[in-house]
Amino acid sequence: MPKKSFREAVNEALRQEMERDPTVILMGEDVAGGMGAPGEDDAWGGPLGVTKGLMPRFGRERVLDTPISESAFVGAAVGAAATGLRPVAELMFVDFMGVCFDQIFNQAAKFRYMFGGKATTPLVVRTMYGAGFRAASQHSQCLYNIFTHIPGLKVAIPSNAYEAKGLLIQAIRDDDPVMFFEHKAMYDEEAEVPDEPYTIPFGEANVAREGEDVTVVALGRMVNFANEAADRLEGEGISCTVVDLRTTSPLDRETVLETAEETGRVVVVDEAHPRCSMAADIAALIAQEAFDALRAPVRMVTAPHAPVPFSPALEDLYIPGPDRIVEAVREVHGYGRG
Amino acid sequence: MQLSREDLLEAYRRMRLIREFEDRVHEEFSAGNIPGFVHLYAGEEASAVGVCLHLDDRDRIASTHRGHGHCIAKGCDPRAMMLEIFGKREGLCGGKGGSMHIADLEKGMMGANGIVGGGPPLVCGAALAAKTLGTGGVAVAFVGDGGSNQGTTLESYNLAKVWNLPAIFVIEDNGYAETTASSWSVGGSQTGRAAGFGMPGVEVDGFDFFAVWEAAREAVERARAGDGPSLLHVRLSRYYGHFEGDACTYRAADEVERIKAEKDPLMLFRRRVREAGLLEDSDLDAIDREARERIARTVDDAKGAAYPTEADLLTDVYASY
Amino acid sequence: MSAAIEAVVMPKWGLAMQEGMLAAWLVEEGETIAKGQEIAEIETSKIANVFESPAAGLLRRRVAAAGETLPVGALLAVLAPESVSEAEIDRFVADFRERFAAALASGATEAAPEPRTVEAGGRRIRYLEVGAGEGPPVVFVHGFGGDLSSWTLNQEALAAAHRTLALDLPGHGGSDKALATGSLEELAAAVAAFLEALAIPRAHLVGHSLGGAVAMRLALDRPAAVASLTLVAPAGFGAEIESGYLEGFLREKRARKLRPVLEMLVRDPAGISREMVEEVLRYKRLDGVPEALSRIVEACFAGGRQRIDLRPRIGELPMPVQLLWGREDRILPVRHAEGLPETVTVTILEDCGHLAHMEKAAECNAAIARILTRA
Repeated sequence: MPKKSFREAVNEALRQEMERDPTVILMGEDVAGGMGAPGEDDAWGGPLGVTKGLMPRFGRERVLDTPISESAFVGAAVGAAATGLRPVAELMFVDFMGVCFDQIFNQAAKFRYMFGGKATTPLVVRTMYGAGFRAASQHSQCLYNIFTHIPGLKVAIPSNAYEAKGLLIQAIRDDDPVMFFEHKAMYDEEAEVPDEPYTIPFGEANVAREGEDVTVVALGRMVNFANEAADRLEGEGISCTVVDLRTTSPLDRETVLETAEETGRVVVVDEAHPRCSMAADIAALIAQEAFDALRAPVRMVTAPHAPVPFSPALEDLYIPGPDRIVEAVREVHGYGRG
Repeated sequence: MQLSREDLLEAYRRMRLIREFEDRVHEEFSAGNIPGFVHLYAGEEASAVGVCLHLDDRDRIASTHRGHGHCIAKGCDPRAMMLEIFGKREGLCGGKGGSMHIADLEKGMMGANGIVGGGPPLVCGAALAAKTLGTGGVAVAFVGDGGSNQGTTLESYNLAKVWNLPAIFVIEDNGYAETTASSWSVGGSQTGRAAGFGMPGVEVDGFDFFAVWEAAREAVERARAGDGPSLLHVRLSRYYGHFEGDACTYRAADEVERIKAEKDPLMLFRRRVREAGLLEDSDLDAIDREARERIARTVDDAKGAAYPTEADLLTDVYASY
Repeated sequence: MSAAIEAVVMPKWGLAMQEGMLAAWLVEEGETIAKGQEIAEIETSKIANVFESPAAGLLRRRVAAAGETLPVGALLAVLAPESVSEAEIDRFVADFRERFAAALASGATEAAPEPRTVEAGGRRIRYLEVGAGEGPPVVFVHGFGGDLSSWTLNQEALAAAHRTLALDLPGHGGSDKALATGSLEELAAAVAAFLEALAIPRAHLVGHSLGGAVAMRLALDRPAAVASLTLVAPAGFGAEIESGYLEGFLREKRARKLRPVLEMLVRDPAGISREMVEEVLRYKRLDGVPEALSRIVEACFAGGRQRIDLRPRIGELPMPVQLLWGREDRILPVRHAEGLPETVTVTILEDCGHLAHMEKAAECNAAIARILTRA
């Protein structure tokens, strides 16, 4: 099986879907790059080169560079989705949702319901999230929890290259608007990715690892950290189940609850701030639905309630990492054992 | 291109239907029969109809919170609209949208919109879809003078221009964004803004159906020919408040009565076609009668129709979930 | 003295195996073990299995711990007579590790052979070719929902003396997924086209389950092209089939739900590794796969009954034919191997489920080797 980076997996998913379906188009700031400029065409392929090569293959009509104008082009993607296209809009950093949120949460998310089921809005907004790039407070947030809160949106957060390709193809074929989160620190991470197109259904969490002592529920990049922590804990004789949520909307409640009940000890890992986060959401779900099975309080490992700092010295402290997961698992594992 | 007798009858029929519809909604709202907010379009009929007469089912429009007129002008079924406004299950949107969210995508009506300035970006998308799919369709954003100051609207001018989209922005300037006068709130001019984005823009007398129709004809032809977006600044007036229940204390005391007496768009239309010998009073009277009866029936139907039930609460959130 | 010390290393089970996880030790230090004795359980990406000791002797040290994942060839244990001192064993282990690390670093370990594709009968067919030898090659045909890697424990063993090819049937693995009907005839024609495309006029066919039926269908259609036929728990010899397996295989999308379905395939459920479950899920997610599998079920196993009946025709086959069947097969009952003409050699494998070629690889490989010499 060929190894591909997360970046290549996303690119391949887009290419294969554009080949399969002529109504799939891409738009965003510099998704090709160099529009109207005297130099190279396809100069960037997105700021991190994820869409590189797609414009030369499909032309400017299907890979549209936009002005820096998120309200207009994200809104245009919504309008195009409601009228016969399957647009994939790139919101360069999810932090920029502040200037196009209305188009996503008041328009795209609500059309179907407000219009009595008669609208279909097959939109994908691909966006970069996450800390670790020394990109400071306005280019490092997670924010998927905010979209997860909105009925009508689906939210996918792949944890590796394999997941990215299958979830993105599913997102493009899906008839609902999907927010697709790509962690900027993961683009070079490789995994085995089939050459053929495939889909990973939404709302089915992946039990990435099965253990007996503690259940670690994680999402996105945190799945890798949870696995790393679980490897280390194995040496201490603590075996962990690691659940990768894959999508936060729809949420695979069944797998979360089942794995929580199996161990009775749960750590939830979320790179976002703790308040009204996925971590809090999962903890509440377990507290409400699996209380009798719990043998320790659910622990949340999250970023602090503070903006993402710039200085490497601070940012490294900010990001929830394997050390903190290990610590939380130990604590939960030891709870009530005297 | 000239308006045929049939076109004229149709134009008047649609304007009269809108007027009748809005007058009845006003009555029913006052009587406490309609829940929520309603924003009425009475007085602005020439704009919606003057533009939409150039459009067909491949063309799309996006509307505003004051959307009933655009819906009727674009071909939505008034009965299903009335049921929707009453919150009934058989309404156009199953009672889930209401007055501010009436839509009928099959008719190319992309929705009234509760967010001021929500429509123009959507219209850029619809225009892009038409261009990409080669349907020959155009897309029209109706925007109020209030919405004209939203960043979304101004960004959409730019996007429509740089993507050379078959889009038309119709600024319906009724003089007031809620209570605030457009003469105060709009910096520069609407046509000056169009010029700033390199797109043709004209000011139009929105009381005069024929002026709107002519200006829209040029804009639609330009869009269909692939020559990009245009803007119409349509000056008109609303007869009712911003929403039903608005006492309109910010308006001059005799303002609406004077406009109704001097330049009501239906009155002007009737006068013009009669003077030109194009239609007879009897033709128009028949349309008036027919509209009155038809809308009365929709109100009766709406009153008698069933509300949605708990089983409908959670349907249509997603296509699949 | 060190000549008396023997290393027991991570075995290489099949072509794709690069590493294995020592799941459990079955013997203690200080035990004298016999060659062929089951000494450990090892999990690979394909299947979990017991590891039979390649040598006899006194187990002096278990170097690897349960739970460790180690590359093929890594030291697991040391056998040595009592006369060898602990210090000598320490030195042996240290030396071994140093040499092994150097060999790994220099890339001296063999790269696994890569599958290739060929255009055959208007389709892209993926196959893996290993080994060379005189006479007709051995061609492996996997069962429903499988792929060429099903033969990972068999192909290499036979490749020592033969040219071997394992292919992916249409709708499976890395071959094109589209199927017109999913019928046995369509699948057999695809295998025939594959042999033609590679200019193989005659081959020994080895088929498992549905692949067994495919191989036999081909042998009936083109007897001259088939040198011998080995059918491992083949379809087509009775009406019964475990419909719960077929339905579950099609339906389940989560690992936890699919696992019990796949466990029906083997006698010991521990034999189904986590990776195997994951591989099946990944396969089922590929575009076209659910449709292809449904067509095959509809054409061959509609209503939870076998719709293909080859039993009456087995006597017609002119080439040597043998059946291998696990006594505890839960998918296709072993009684389907009863009542066949005497010309057909039937081997029933004890303590074995439907995946006989994996569960009892050594016996199956020996049986295949035997029929090759008969043909």
